[in-house]
Amino acid sequence: MSTAKGLDLTLKVWRQKNQNDKGRMETYQVSDISPDSSFLEMMDILNEQLIEEGKEPVAFDHDCREGICGSCSMFINGRAHGPGKRVTTCQLHMRQFEDGDTIHIEPWRATAFPVIKDLVVDRSSFDRVMAAGGFISVNTSGNTQDANAIPVEKEDADNSFAAATCIGCGACVASCKNASAMLFVSAKVSQFALLPQGQVEAQDRVLNMVHQMDLEGFGNCTNTGACEAECPKGISLENIARMNREYLSAGITSEK
Amino acid sequence: MASKSGIFNSSIGRKVAMALSALFLIIFLLQHFSINVTSTFSEELFNELSHFMGTNPLVQFALQPILIFGVVFHFIMGFVLEARNRKARAVKYVKTAGNANSTWMSRNMIWSGLVILAFLGLHFYDFWIPEMNYKYIQFNPADPNRYYEELLHKFEDPIRVFLYVISFVLLSLHLLHGFQSAFQSLGARHKKYTPVIKKLGNIYAIIIPAGFVFIALFHYINSL
Ligand code: HEM
Ligand code: SF4
Ligand code: FES
Repeated sequence: MSTAKGLDLTLKVWRQKNQNDKGRMETYQVSDISPDSSFLEMMDILNEQLIEEGKEPVAFDHDCREGICGSCSMFINGRAHGPGKRVTTCQLHMRQFEDGDTIHIEPWRATAFPVIKDLVVDRSSFDRVMAAGGFISVNTSGNTQDANAIPVEKEDADNSFAAATCIGCGACVASCKNASAMLFVSAKVSQFALLPQGQVEAQDRVLNMVHQMDLEGFGNCTNTGACEAECPKGISLENIARMNREYLSAGITSEK
Repeated sequence: MASKSGIFNSSIGRKVAMALSALFLIIFLLQHFSINVTSTFSEELFNELSHFMGTNPLVQFALQPILIFGVVFHFIMGFVLEARNRKARAVKYVKTAGNANSTWMSRNMIWSGLVILAFLGLHFYDFWIPEMNYKYIQFNPADPNRYYEELLHKFEDPIRVFLYVISFVLLSLHLLHGFQSAFQSLGARHKKYTPVIKKLGNIYAIIIPAGFVFIALFHYINSL
């Protein structure tokens, strides 16, 4: 166990009762936080404190707490998942902060991600984008072909796998000054576009997913690169360029 | 589904249109610079080129309208995208740390663009409106040697020279992000070529505006 001195912190947290409430920042003090604890553990301590005081605890999303589910959406000190590269909030440690710091904690802000309560936002717009085309149709009648029987170029397989590591956290949208979902959607388009199994529905997929993305009210990409810099999985802007190419060629050649 | 609204009504389609208009402006600017720079070493050549551009029917009645359309399209689309992007984040963050993940230039294209637009207003007032007036309203006789004198006259005023310099600094910032961004918007990204495009973009974004600044200062200093 670490013997490092605990941190005394001022937290400015977004509080909002429900979708209709206007919401406001509220200030809390926490003390003697271990630098070895994770950011979410610090939030747990805050919540226990609030419960003891008879106040409503801060609602926030979390599940795996090991960087794979993508639910722990928090905009910390002006950045998605706080300081550091390639981390989710659950993987962020309090040693990143200094004793006496003031920490701003806000929900993801996007018209397509409405706040449900406090720090919890509704990311079902991502689900609807996926439902519009983020899948392949496979015959499961018993004579399914072994995927390994189809040769795939190593580089394509690697790039597809890298795109498929996207955990759908929405940090890209939260970081983008335009609340654009291009990094997420392009990762999902790319993971299929790079593989032979994805070819059958390739044109419809990219047209439909982009169409749904626009309907949900995400912004337009202006290539600032903030998404790539803040993505916990290091999803590359190359995917956005690939999606632009796929979209253009499908848009021009598709007969639908 | 998507084709119902057409690709140019989509986010990606708009970006592509934006990038194409921007690339067109980049080519135009290079041509404009090539002509202007001759004014610093040859009065004759500058007059000759200006006279050609000012009287050639293909330039006057085909290229010029295309150029005006390109500029107007670019800034109107810029406003449309900006408005949509603001709507996409209706409630703002209390605290943001943009510098941690993106460049100032990339986040402020609308502001650098607005300065360029204001500059274009001044530029039209300075050169284009008098030119149109001279040729098509007053129907003055063609004078192939008037351009150089007109140019010198404009750059005698230090305030105007200062405004020109400021605008070109902003144009440089606009292009430092914009040049490579246009290629990304078109999906033109490649492990081998993208680093070259980025270098080329940085060179263009610095050399061309610096060149225009040089021309303005050159004539101003000579007028003193
Ligand atoms: C007339 C005033 C102008 C305004 C208001 C303006 C505005 C904008 C805006 C808002 C953007 C960002 C849009 C986006 O990234 O989606 C943009 C992009 C761009 N602009 Fe301009 N601009 C102007 C003039 C120019 C000129 C004169 C040039 C070049 C000579 C230029 C070159 C570019 C380039 C290369 C891009 C990047 C395109 C892309 O990302 O695809 N702009 N402009
Ligand atoms: S692209 Fe990155 S930041 Fe965006 S949802 Fe996927 S993992 Fe999260
Ligand atoms: S809680 Fe699952 S990624 Fe953070």
